[in-house]
Amino acid sequence: MAAVFLSTALSFLGLNHVLENGEIRYALGGWAPPLGIEYVLDNISAFVSVVVTTISLLVIYATRHIVSAEISGHLSSFYCLVLLLLAGLTGIVVTGDLFNLFVFLEIASLAAYSLVFLGGRRAMLAGYRYLILGSIGGSLYLLGVAFIYFSTGTLNMSDVLYILNQQGASSSVSAGAIFIFAGLGLKMGLVPLHFWLPNAYTEAPSSVASLIAPIMTKVAAYSMLRMFISVFPEGYLINEVPIGLMLISLGSLGVLVGSIIAISQSNLRRMFAYSSISQLGLIAIGIGLATPLSFIAALLHIMNHAIMKALLFLVVSDINSRFKSEELKSLVGIGKVMKLNMIAFTIAAISMIGIPPTAGFFSKWYLALAAIDLNQWPVLIIILGSSLLTAVYIFRILENVFVKTADSESKNNQQSIDSKFGDAHELSLLNITPVLLILAISIIAIGIFNMLIITHILEPAL
Amino acid sequence: MIDELKNTMPIMIIGLTILSAILSQVFSNRPKFRDYLSVSITIFAIFLVFPLLNGVLNKEVIEFTLIQISPGLNICLSVDPAGMLFATLALALWLPATIYSIGYMRGHHESNQSRFYSAFALSIGAAVGVAFSSNLITFVLFYELLSLFTYPLVIHRQTDEAIKAGRKYLAYTLTGGIALVAGTAWIYSLGIEAKFEPGGFINPDEIGHSTSLFLFFLLFFGVSIKAAVMPLHSWLPNAMVAPTPVSALLHAVAVVKAGAFGVLRVLIFVFGATTLTDIGVAPIICVLASITLVAGSMLALRHDNLKRRLAYSTISHLSYIVLGIALLGPLALTGALLHLVGHGVTKITLFFCAGAIDVRTHKQNVSQIAGIGRQMPFTMTAFTLAALSMAGIPPFILFTSKWFLGSGAVQTGMYFYMFVYMFSGVISAAYLFPIIYRAFWVKSPDFPKFGEASATIVAPLIFTSILTLAWGLIPNSPFGFFSLIEIVVSIAFEARL
Repeated sequence: MAAVFLSTALSFLGLNHVLENGEIRYALGGWAPPLGIEYVLDNISAFVSVVVTTISLLVIYATRHIVSAEISGHLSSFYCLVLLLLAGLTGIVVTGDLFNLFVFLEIASLAAYSLVFLGGRRAMLAGYRYLILGSIGGSLYLLGVAFIYFSTGTLNMSDVLYILNQQGASSSVSAGAIFIFAGLGLKMGLVPLHFWLPNAYTEAPSSVASLIAPIMTKVAAYSMLRMFISVFPEGYLINEVPIGLMLISLGSLGVLVGSIIAISQSNLRRMFAYSSISQLGLIAIGIGLATPLSFIAALLHIMNHAIMKALLFLVVSDINSRFKSEELKSLVGIGKVMKLNMIAFTIAAISMIGIPPTAGFFSKWYLALAAIDLNQWPVLIIILGSSLLTAVYIFRILENVFVKTADSESKNNQQSIDSKFGDAHELSLLNITPVLLILAISIIAIGIFNMLIITHILEPAL
Repeated sequence: MIDELKNTMPIMIIGLTILSAILSQVFSNRPKFRDYLSVSITIFAIFLVFPLLNGVLNKEVIEFTLIQISPGLNICLSVDPAGMLFATLALALWLPATIYSIGYMRGHHESNQSRFYSAFALSIGAAVGVAFSSNLITFVLFYELLSLFTYPLVIHRQTDEAIKAGRKYLAYTLTGGIALVAGTAWIYSLGIEAKFEPGGFINPDEIGHSTSLFLFFLLFFGVSIKAAVMPLHSWLPNAMVAPTPVSALLHAVAVVKAGAFGVLRVLIFVFGATTLTDIGVAPIICVLASITLVAGSMLALRHDNLKRRLAYSTISHLSYIVLGIALLGPLALTGALLHLVGHGVTKITLFFCAGAIDVRTHKQNVSQIAGIGRQMPFTMTAFTLAALSMAGIPPFILFTSKWFLGSGAVQTGMYFYMFVYMFSGVISAAYLFPIIYRAFWVKSPDFPKFGEASATIVAPLIFTSILTLAWGLIPNSPFGFFSLIEIVVSIAFEARL
């Protein structure tokens, strides 16, 4: 806890510093940049690191009691792994070196695989799958970096950018780009490379899922964005290799596939996992459109989605810890029992659909503006249509929560829950509820004040 | 000082509705206290209307920027005559509707009453927000919120039927909302600051003919869903599963009139009469609206369920307004706006009566209510007054509006639409008068004894039925509706000349 708190505080300080004084560059071990490893904290990395650390701090605080119930016996290894995961993720965010990014990516992924393994027998299989696919993703990325290294002779991001600007396009660099994006796409859960994601999220312990789901894939998305901004020359990924187009089309596919599958799910966590795939599709579209406006939309959506998903997954783990079930049916009548939690949940759900004035509306809004600017009409239709698809599964949940009345079977269920309320209720009131409320309020606040974020943090950087 | 205070008044009114919603939740354990609170908040909100009204009539500029979302994208409330008209109507009818719903909810022993009152107040707040929006993005914001807040009201009974109706409601309104968002985003990306102004801000010469045509269809699709223009109307009869006060205030006044008001905004304040004539869409809307107008009233004839009959009648009468706006003439616009007000107060009375019968006798069909006029004389007299108004008999308010609509059709040279209005007016009489006949003159021997419903139900419906007469005789009292309409019409067509 303390370590995470410290890193959150540090990342806020870093953001503040960057905003006032411009970017920080730090050469690790004192080796001058092109040779040694360099860390770069500019507006974007500072922004994303704030998101990552804050969300994980909140999630770790909120799930303390669930963790100790779920993972009894492995507590110290759990927290050890969590810190490792965070080290990896923040490392990815601040590094200015392509190979170092790989190292951190693997650190984070290894920690994530092990965390998924904590979920028991079924999680073993899911985690194993995650491990295999994740390793393939990592190797693809590494292969891509090797290609870049051969043609430029450097691993430092800004150096690569400089040299590529001089050299112009070459087929080996283009091949490298393709490998890098395939690898990152796999880590990000871009359709059709998403197969590991739903199982890993569903079978992992619920506290782990609420930690991994909001931030893990977003950091991979962030690295993609990084490639566009600081590794490859402007326009390279659009004109020389059709990566932008690939991202747009796969992202659109992801939006559709993810939300349609989500509609048909009856397990809450699996539903949200597929919804993650669809939201990541939106982020991929934002990156692929590759205009400053769409980058803003993507970054904003990285933050918004991290917040919304953290909230949704926390609610699921809370429900799981009390009801021992994550089925949609088990939600019947829950709106009366857990009023505050469900109000927060509703706000996140509305933001998922993208109804103003919640945060989710505005990232979609900027994405739509970017699509219109480029005359990408099909993309615009998909962006807006995704709201409708999202509304279908979101309201399926809300109907269960607030509207349906319990039949006799679930009434018994209800009574058993009421009797069990004691400790679990007290604990979740202390731990989860305040966090949920903070997240819900921040969803609305970010929606209303998103201009401050854009003009002060994101716009200067792009 | 007063002026500054006036600028914040629109937001204060919306704030009051939010306050009312919160208090309903806080005091959900003390129903009586909660009910008094919500009534007094309503009265307070109506008092806030008058200084605003004065300001508008004196052509003051009342504007308040809530928050800047990004450069050129403001959430901004302002009071103009058209918005004032709609907001005043919604707020003025909020009071009788609140009192009525207290009586109705108690009489019906409905559950979840606090949720009901909260959502009710928030919906009115959203409708007022729609009225006071000064640009498209603000309009979209409140329009979406209105769909969202009315959803809990539609599904209030929580039966399977209600849930199904709720799904349909959301599917329609959210689709409309998305079309609006798409159109709005497009307008902003063209670099136009989408601030409503009479005569419109879309210039087809600048942005291209086909673009403006496409934009028009996006926006019109968005608003016409709530205005229930066929073929986008079918959510409305289904939404009648909601408790009657909801049907009365929301599906006769706030929600559907927000749609009709949206049509006004899109046609007159976004595009403007000149542009509409240029891109040649006005005739299409006229045809759509007149089909709805006639088909709606024909369908109303066929339905035995009283609320459904009224719902189809609402569909038909909304298109009176849409057609009146789309005729693009000063007299027709006057008639349309007057119809917006008049239909609101008339239809709310009819729904109140239907609800009173339901509470007292649990009868919902026209065929079951023979002889009820003798047992519930006040209710059925009010019903008769409102029915006379619906049929367009002088001196009721809907006569005045239909008069203007008809002469508007003549003025713009489209005589055909005058016959459409007249024909539909006759059918209005045909689906309402048999109810009166049955209630007063058909005797049914095995009819059990009923009395009037409770005073909280009867008083509001008498009040609104008197309003249909009073506003017909003196349209300016006490809210200055006619002066407002005159200003709207003059600014709308001054820009053209």
